[in-house]
Amino acid sequence: MATMKNEIDFLLHLADNALIIGHRNSEWCGHGPILEQDIAITNIALDYIGQARNFYQHAAELINQHPIGIDITQSGKDIVLPATEDSLAYLRDVREFKNLLITEIPNGDWAHTTLRLFLLSEFELQLFTQLLQHTDAQVAAIAEKSIKELSYHVKWSQDWVLRLGDGTEESKQRMQAAIEAIWAYTGELFIQPEYATAACLNYAAIQTAWNKKVTAVFEEAGLHIPSKTFVQKGGADGMHTEHLGYILAEMQYLQRAYPNSEW
Amino acid sequence: MEQAFEQIFQDKIDREVRIEPKDWMPEKYRQTLIRQISQHAHSEIIGMLPEGNWITRAPSLRRKAILLAKVQDEAGHGLYLYSAAETLGISRDQMYDQLHTGKAKYSSIFNYPTLSWADMGVVGWLVDGAAIMNQVPLCRSSFGPYARAMVRVCKEESFHQRQGFEILYVLSKGTEAQRRMAQDAINRWWWPSLMMFGPKDDESPNSIQSMKWKIKRFSNDELRQKFVDVCAEQVKVLGFTLPDKDLKWNEERGHYDFGPINWDEFWQVVQGNGPCNKERLDARKKAWEEGAWVRDAALAYANKKAKQKQAAA
Repeated sequence: MATMKNEIDFLLHLADNALIIGHRNSEWCGHGPILEQDIAITNIALDYIGQARNFYQHAAELINQHPIGIDITQSGKDIVLPATEDSLAYLRDVREFKNLLITEIPNGDWAHTTLRLFLLSEFELQLFTQLLQHTDAQVAAIAEKSIKELSYHVKWSQDWVLRLGDGTEESKQRMQAAIEAIWAYTGELFIQPEYATAACLNYAAIQTAWNKKVTAVFEEAGLHIPSKTFVQKGGADGMHTEHLGYILAEMQYLQRAYPNSEW
Repeated sequence: MEQAFEQIFQDKIDREVRIEPKDWMPEKYRQTLIRQISQHAHSEIIGMLPEGNWITRAPSLRRKAILLAKVQDEAGHGLYLYSAAETLGISRDQMYDQLHTGKAKYSSIFNYPTLSWADMGVVGWLVDGAAIMNQVPLCRSSFGPYARAMVRVCKEESFHQRQGFEILYVLSKGTEAQRRMAQDAINRWWWPSLMMFGPKDDESPNSIQSMKWKIKRFSNDELRQKFVDVCAEQVKVLGFTLPDKDLKWNEERGHYDFGPINWDEFWQVVQGNGPCNKERLDARKKAWEEGAWVRDAALAYANKKAKQKQAAA
C-alpha cells in the first residue's frame, strides 16, 4: 500500500509540475515579443498541459482502483472520489499541490521565462529518461512521449539563453539578472521527494548531468553561476510560495463557482 | 502602355487566372490588397486577446488544451497573412506600425469583452462562423498568395466554429446557471457578429471595385443574410434564442427577415469607442515595446554568429 501511495504522490508531483509551468507559459499567449515565439511558447504550454493530463489521468486511475485507506494528500484531506484528471487539477488546494517552486514563480521578462524553462526542462529530460525504466509501463510510456517534447523545450530555451546571454549588453544583463533571481529555486530540483521511491530514480546522476549541461551553456553564453545561494525548497511537499494561491484561484475559479457541472 | 497592362490584368482576372506577386498589377489593386490582408492579419493577432483572456481560467484541462491550440492557430493565421501581404512589398514591421498608430484597422468584433466562459463558445460559433462566411469566398480571391493562405485558414476556422458550438451544446445540456451564462453570451455577441460583414451594400465604399477585381465575391448584405439563415436554424439545436424580436422566416424571400442593425454602435466601435479598443491596442503595443530588447538581442546574436561563420570559412 505504501508503494501505491508513493507512486500516486509521485504522479501528482509530475502532473502538478507540468500543469503549473504550462499555466505560467500560457500567460504569454498573445503577448510574446515576436509572433513566431508567441506561437512557440504557446505550443510549449500546450505540451505541458498534455503531459499534466497524462499524469493526472493515470493517477486518477490508480486512486480509483485503490481508494480505501489511501490518504494521498499532504494536508490530510481526502481526494474527491472518483478522481478524474479535472478533480485532481481543479479541486485540490495549495497545500496539496506538489509542484516544484521553480514552476510557480512569476514569468518576469523573456529572459526569466526562457531561463526558467531551460533549467527545468533539462532537469525533466534527465528525470524522464530514467522513468523509461519505470516498472509501471504507463509511466514509462508517458515519459517516452514527453521526452520528445522536452527535447524541443530544452533546445528552444537553450537557444534563448545563448542568444540573450551573448546578444546585446542589455540582454546579457537581463539574463544574468534572471540567473540571480531563479538560481535559488534550482536546488530543489535535486532533492528527491520522500515519495519518489521508484527503483529507476537516481537524483544524484540527474544533478551531475544537469550541472554539466547548464555549465556548458552558461560558459558559451558568457554567463556565470551565482557564487552563494540559499536553496528555496518545499514545493514537492506542499510548502509553496504565495504565488501558487493566485494561480489556483484563477485556474480553479469556474470549477469552484459552479460545482458539479460538466464543461 | 499602362492601359494595355491594365487590359491584360483585367482579362486574367475575368478568366479566373490568379495574379501572382511578380505580375503587373494596378497600384490601387496592390494597395487594396495590402489594406485588406493586413487588416485581416491584425484581426487574427488582436483576436488572440479576447480568447487568450480565458486560457488560464478554462474550466477543464481538455478545454484548456483546445483553447490553447485554437489561439495558437490564430497566431499562425496572422503569420501567413502577414507573409502573404509581404509579397506585395510591405514589411511586417511596417504593418505593425500601422496597427499601433491606428492607421490600420482590425475587425471591430474584438473590441468587445469576453465576460464568461460561454463567450468562448459564442466566439467560436458566431464570430468564427461569420469569419468563415466572409473567408470561404476568399479562397478564390484573384491574388494567389492570399487565396492559398485562406484555404488553410478556412480549414482551421471551421474546426474552431465546431468546437465553439460544442462548448455551447454542453452548456445547453448543463445546469440552469450554465444555460443562463450561454444565453447571455449569445445576447451580447449576436448583433456585433452581424456587424462583422461590414456596412450595408449601399454604404460600403470599397465593394464595387473589389468585386470587379474578384478580391471580393459576394456583397456584405448577401453574406450577412446567409449567416442569419444558418444561425437561426442552429440556435434551435441549442435550445437558445437569438435576441431579435423581428427574426422570422420569410417564405416569399426564402430567407429569414431580421431586425435593424445599430449602425451607430458599429461606427462608434470602428472609430475607437468600443468597450475594449484601448485595452486591445495597448496590449499589442506593450508586447511590441517590451519585446524590443529581445528582438535587438536576437538580431545582434544572429549577426555575430554570421560573422563568426564567415571568418571561419
